[in-house]
Amino acid sequence: MSVESSRQPALTRRRWLDIARGLFFACVLGALVTVPWWRSEGGMRDLVEFFTLLALAQMWNLLAGYAGLVSIGQQSFVGIGAYSLFMLGDRAAIHPFLAVALAGLIAAVISLPTAAVAFRLRGGYFAIGTWVIAEVFYLLTLNGTDFGVDLGGGNGVTILSAAQLERSFRGHGTYWWALGAGVGSVLLSYLLLRSRVGLALTAIRDDETAARSIGVNVLRTKVLVWVVAAFGCGLAGAVIYLNLLRVQPEAAYDVNWTAYMIFIVVIGGIGTIEGPIIGTIIFFVLQQKLSQYGAWYLILLGSIAIAAAVWFRGGIWGVIGRRYDLRLFPVQRRISTTPGA
Amino acid sequence: MVWLNQVVQGLLLGGLYALFATGLSLVFGVMRMVNLAQGDLIVLSSFLAFVLAGDLDWNPLLTLVILIPLMAILGFAAQALLLNHTLDSDLAPLLATFGLSVIIQNSLLEHFSGDTRRLHAGAIETESIRVTGQISIGWFPLMTFLVAVGLLVALQLLIRRTQIGRSLRATSDDRRAAQLVGIDNRKVYGIAAAISLATVAIAGVFLGVYSNFSPTSGPSRLLFAFEAVIIGGLGSPWGTLVGGVVLGVAQTVGAQVSVGWGDLTGHLVFLAVLLIRPRGLFARPELV
Amino acid sequence: MSTSGATSSDGALVPLLEIEAVSSFYGDFQALFDVCITIGEGETVAIIGANGAGKSTLLATVAGLMRPAAGDVRFDGRSISGLPAYKRVPLGIALVPEGRRIFPSLTVAENLRVGATRGRPGPWTLGRIYKTFPLLEAIAGRWGAALSGGEQQALAIGRALMGNPRLLLLDELSLGLAPTVIKSLYAGLREIKEEGTTVVLVEQDVGQALAAAERAYCLLEGRISLHGATSELTREQVIGAYFGL
Repeated sequence: MSVESSRQPALTRRRWLDIARGLFFACVLGALVTVPWWRSEGGMRDLVEFFTLLALAQMWNLLAGYAGLVSIGQQSFVGIGAYSLFMLGDRAAIHPFLAVALAGLIAAVISLPTAAVAFRLRGGYFAIGTWVIAEVFYLLTLNGTDFGVDLGGGNGVTILSAAQLERSFRGHGTYWWALGAGVGSVLLSYLLLRSRVGLALTAIRDDETAARSIGVNVLRTKVLVWVVAAFGCGLAGAVIYLNLLRVQPEAAYDVNWTAYMIFIVVIGGIGTIEGPIIGTIIFFVLQQKLSQYGAWYLILLGSIAIAAAVWFRGGIWGVIGRRYDLRLFPVQRRISTTPGA
Repeated sequence: MVWLNQVVQGLLLGGLYALFATGLSLVFGVMRMVNLAQGDLIVLSSFLAFVLAGDLDWNPLLTLVILIPLMAILGFAAQALLLNHTLDSDLAPLLATFGLSVIIQNSLLEHFSGDTRRLHAGAIETESIRVTGQISIGWFPLMTFLVAVGLLVALQLLIRRTQIGRSLRATSDDRRAAQLVGIDNRKVYGIAAAISLATVAIAGVFLGVYSNFSPTSGPSRLLFAFEAVIIGGLGSPWGTLVGGVVLGVAQTVGAQVSVGWGDLTGHLVFLAVLLIRPRGLFARPELV
Repeated sequence: MSTSGATSSDGALVPLLEIEAVSSFYGDFQALFDVCITIGEGETVAIIGANGAGKSTLLATVAGLMRPAAGDVRFDGRSISGLPAYKRVPLGIALVPEGRRIFPSLTVAENLRVGATRGRPGPWTLGRIYKTFPLLEAIAGRWGAALSGGEQQALAIGRALMGNPRLLLLDELSLGLAPTVIKSLYAGLREIKEEGTTVVLVEQDVGQALAAAERAYCLLEGRISLHGATSELTREQVIGAYFGL
């Protein structure tokens, strides 16, 4: 059996899968982009919530699932994103739709000094450290007037520059921004992980010391992921409040944002790109059905987190993916010893 | 003079923070696990004391007789049944204790509503020693500080002079080698968790008398405990006391400058220590 | 004197340790292939082999730090493959691990004390260990973190002895130590043998190991390549088995 003939069938099979996958994504994307023309306003707002949660979850997944950075302080950047939107839109008279992108960038810039502080800590203490940083941002925002910046204090602010836009224009724009953030976060994760950074991350995940010894700049890689995640969370935060219009510090900097990210990623499957997507769907459905039960709903979420920690480390996608060896977003690298395999 | 009084108050507050932090650093020292539910467990103890004091018509401090063994058993059980299964991963213990934190907070909310409560220990709450015109030392804060010191001394004795303390130190050093001398790691971890929760019980009762508490007070207690540990330096119990004092003083002085600035000043001082002296003031070299 | 071994149904003495067709893996890597070793009570047996031959894996499997993927480990006639390491100590198995692994946060005396946590009664007490290894008594109050290699090795052996084991497993006793230190350690080993303790000695230093032991096994890439009485093995046989020539 020559090498040529054994290559052909395998390649064709791969090709088919790729084409099928591509078509699937194209259809889904097409449907999603045209949503404003076939869904109600309420349905659109739901989807905004869905896609922004997805974006947040993908960011947390990048941090914890790939870079080993367990953060319980991502709410810092949600709040920074929201208030940046306010400052740029209302105070600097920048169009809100442009301000959203800039808000993400501001969050990314601010994340650098926070990394300088947070990265002095490791593991669980790093996690709490990120929470402290979030508290600091919250308190600074709350007491902003003491530092000469009026951010509305405890009463919060309304993003008038957005509120004054024509209603359906604002609705459409917000939706497409949310879709962009959600799809973009998935794409960003996918591309990042397929790049050299992704390879470095895999090496770091396996054995940090060994990675360092072969020349991987561990610190720079982690900071890169930290900044990217801050950008994503900041952008998502701006979109969320573009939708809600009313920003209050206690809500914007609420640790529950991170709690939701954690639950989504852990339920769906950490360390995979498919996981957060599944997790967001499940979380969203759960929230629609059960949030009326208030405290009991959260107790259920907490129990699921514990169950995932003890018994179901890989989440739902972990179980499915292992059984059927499925990959919607192939980012793993395989060493092939046989041609065409 | 007002400032000096604030410093004194902060000093005594440090004792309370040291109480919060003791359980956290013990568990971290032995099993490298950070208990994200620490603050909520403290608040849980406050509520349990509230219920017991009410039902039995006891002084809340007396309820410690029941609470300490109760929380110790709870700690052992949680560790043995749940947390021991998470120690092979970096994320899993954080996830499990985070889940625990959410469950405790919301169970308390469900049962007690969001109102704040207070434990009443009688006249000792408000009595104070007048040192000078502007400086007074409350009896209860002083008692809290002394209890914190006493607890640290007791723990030091336990760790350094007893067989169980040797087993704890050995397991913390090298858990495989500890297995080779017949030490069952899971039991050791369970005992560490039990001791930790016993200190949490004490912290909870003293917190409840010291100030108001509500089902959502947990997280900020966790943050303060954590800051006290980091400022003082990992692995140093006396460092934790100093860390608590530094934090307490920062908070009370900050609050004197402007009412809303207390917590913020504490956080900023913490961040400053982290930047300038990341190992804390008294870190043990091997641990960092 | 140690307790006598168990007897099988036909009245013959059951060997203290039986390693029967044991295979062990580190993840996907197979370290031991169908290894069979028998050790009688009171014997001193050497296990030699090059780096990576599987010697430490073998000891770890006997001590309970690793579980064999196939085969059985029997102690005194009873299967112990399923027992975790800490449960094997009260049975009378003690491992002095590669790298000593003494506890840095404990003093020398405390390291020894902790060795008796779950041990059996017997002749090895703190006093007796100080007699056999006098250098330990001189540094009894020093922290484990501050010891030299030779001091650590003596302490590691002493710690294992405090449990009064029937079977003492020594992993790479002479690794990284000066010849004079090695000599004094092996002198202590003679006393241990005199008490009737069964000793399994894993060594890269072939000369010392063969001199101290009655029988020897040689491991090559996870398989037994040679075994026999040390008095009967020739130099050529050993070199051949060691290097796989």
